[in-house]
Amino acid sequence: MCGIAGLIHRGKSSDVGSEMTSMLTALKHRGPDSTGFAVYGEPNAGDYVMRLKVAEQEDMASGYDMKDKIDARIGEVEKRLAEHKASIKSKDAATPYAMRYVIAHDGDTEAMARYIEDVEGTEILSLGNALELIKDLGDANVVADNYGLRDFKGTHGIGHTRMATESDVDIRSAHPYWAFPYNDVAVVHNGQITNYWLKRRQMEQKGHRFMSSCDSELLAVYTADNLANGATLEDSLRSSIEEIDGVFTYLVATRDELGMAKDTMAAKPLVLYESDDMIAMASEEVAIRAILPQEIDTTDPYDEEIRVWKA
Amino acid sequence: MESMSVMAEDMGYDPRAGQTRDEIEGTTQEERARQLGMMSEQLKNRSMEVFFEVGEDENYVYPYAQLVDFNKRTELDCEGKPTTQVNKDIRALMEEGYGTIVLKNPRGMHSVGVGILNKLNLIVEGSIGYFGVGLIDGPNVRISGRVGWSCGENMMSGTVVIEKNAGSTFGAAMRGGDLVCKGSVGSRTGIDQKGGTIIVGGDTGAFSGFMMQRGRMVVCGNAGKNLGDSMYDGTIYVGGEIRDLGVDAVPAELTDLDKAWLTRKLTQYDLMPEKGVDHFTKIVAGKQLWNYDNLEPNEKKLIL
Repeated sequence: MCGIAGLIHRGKSSDVGSEMTSMLTALKHRGPDSTGFAVYGEPNAGDYVMRLKVAEQEDMASGYDMKDKIDARIGEVEKRLAEHKASIKSKDAATPYAMRYVIAHDGDTEAMARYIEDVEGTEILSLGNALELIKDLGDANVVADNYGLRDFKGTHGIGHTRMATESDVDIRSAHPYWAFPYNDVAVVHNGQITNYWLKRRQMEQKGHRFMSSCDSELLAVYTADNLANGATLEDSLRSSIEEIDGVFTYLVATRDELGMAKDTMAAKPLVLYESDDMIAMASEEVAIRAILPQEIDTTDPYDEEIRVWKA
Repeated sequence: MESMSVMAEDMGYDPRAGQTRDEIEGTTQEERARQLGMMSEQLKNRSMEVFFEVGEDENYVYPYAQLVDFNKRTELDCEGKPTTQVNKDIRALMEEGYGTIVLKNPRGMHSVGVGILNKLNLIVEGSIGYFGVGLIDGPNVRISGRVGWSCGENMMSGTVVIEKNAGSTFGAAMRGGDLVCKGSVGSRTGIDQKGGTIIVGGDTGAFSGFMMQRGRMVVCGNAGKNLGDSMYDGTIYVGGEIRDLGVDAVPAELTDLDKAWLTRKLTQYDLMPEKGVDHFTKIVAGKQLWNYDNLEPNEKKLIL
């Protein structure tokens, strides 16, 4: 039982960071293990925002030389960025193991990302012009405070509170998942995917990378594969209803769109609120009420329903 | 049994060794059962079975039900309170004799008003979350907003009227009373329904009436796929389109009695369609799945 939430403001920026934090705080009881946000600000023309981790939170307590190892890994990442002619415009570290770089780069971002992920313990959490993907252990308040998310302004975002059922409690298994190598595409999921291994083997044969053994990662890879083949977000969501087995409701966000899909059994919840100004959705109504105290009309999407909204 | 005990004595085996016949006859059945290690669990309070006898008015209510006055009205603000506290407050107000309680600011709170085994007018101003007013036996509930999943689950009697939409598993395992949603509901409405009436003013999702055993369900709008799948008994009326029927759910003739009942119920809740009720489709169990386990494999294939 995980909690998912999404929010999209039509045609304007708003306090997406604090709104998503409030929504996910209200969903804490659905999963206290980890919390993640994928929020979208104003697109940064030309510059990329890259978030990565060079170690797991639990690694920090595992060895006396961990700090040295992390410093070495960060040094190696920056060396490889330079090798790909990416210039670092700014660098922040919210925690000792999670970095945020703003880089200028006009080459092959996928090749650069693969090269960087070859560094031991390193995973790129997100890469894009507008996307900021933050995920860590703890509840929404802890993660939002640690990463300074509350002041973030943007058009839309998705988030997830995780109750680990089929993989470990660590950052690599936390949501959202970036749809590597597609800039600005992120996925959150609530449910279980029963043909995970079959589809994972198919995707691996096509050259896609998996960083965890969490079934939800498949949806991000699946979406990336469809986008690579020229599908629109709506096409990808629709085909997933047929091709992915199991019970699931998931949200996908791109630079200017937000989509949802619900499986054929409609076994995982989603409550939806739509108005002229905004669309909010969450596993439970209580999350929507956390940001909209006034009386509103909400609906439950039905089985096999997919929706896509523009920011 | 007599022959078995004679046989046992003939074989020199006495199953009640250690006790004389007088000692055994001097004990009650309950004492003998305890000596055999049975009835080790003490059933008390709410888990104790309550028997009702016709003619004894006081036995038609639970022994711990409160005497409330419907004209005594109060408001309860849920703002900032956990669900347990809200439900305890409702109970305390009933103990004080309040028969009409208005809940303010529920804001999607889960499990509000569960387990009310009492006469009560409960008015919810706003929307509630999961498992709202489940396991109730008696109250009349009116909710001005929306309800989440599993509203009215295991409801035994009373009336629940929701003005907006409802989530999935609406009225799951319901046993009695009227559960009414004036908007649309999610999937698996009335799953395992064992009695009572579910009325939906709008549409319902997939697997509605799944494994329904008794009772009636009325859907004024459209129904999703697998309607009435594996239903054992009961009746489903649909005013709109049915995407498809589940296994063993079959259409039946809408009789004059059905129409009269539909007219009465839908008028009662202000949901009567302008064009009347003649267009409703009636769905019942084909009863081909009855005694499914006793069928031969080839017969099972014929059904499914």
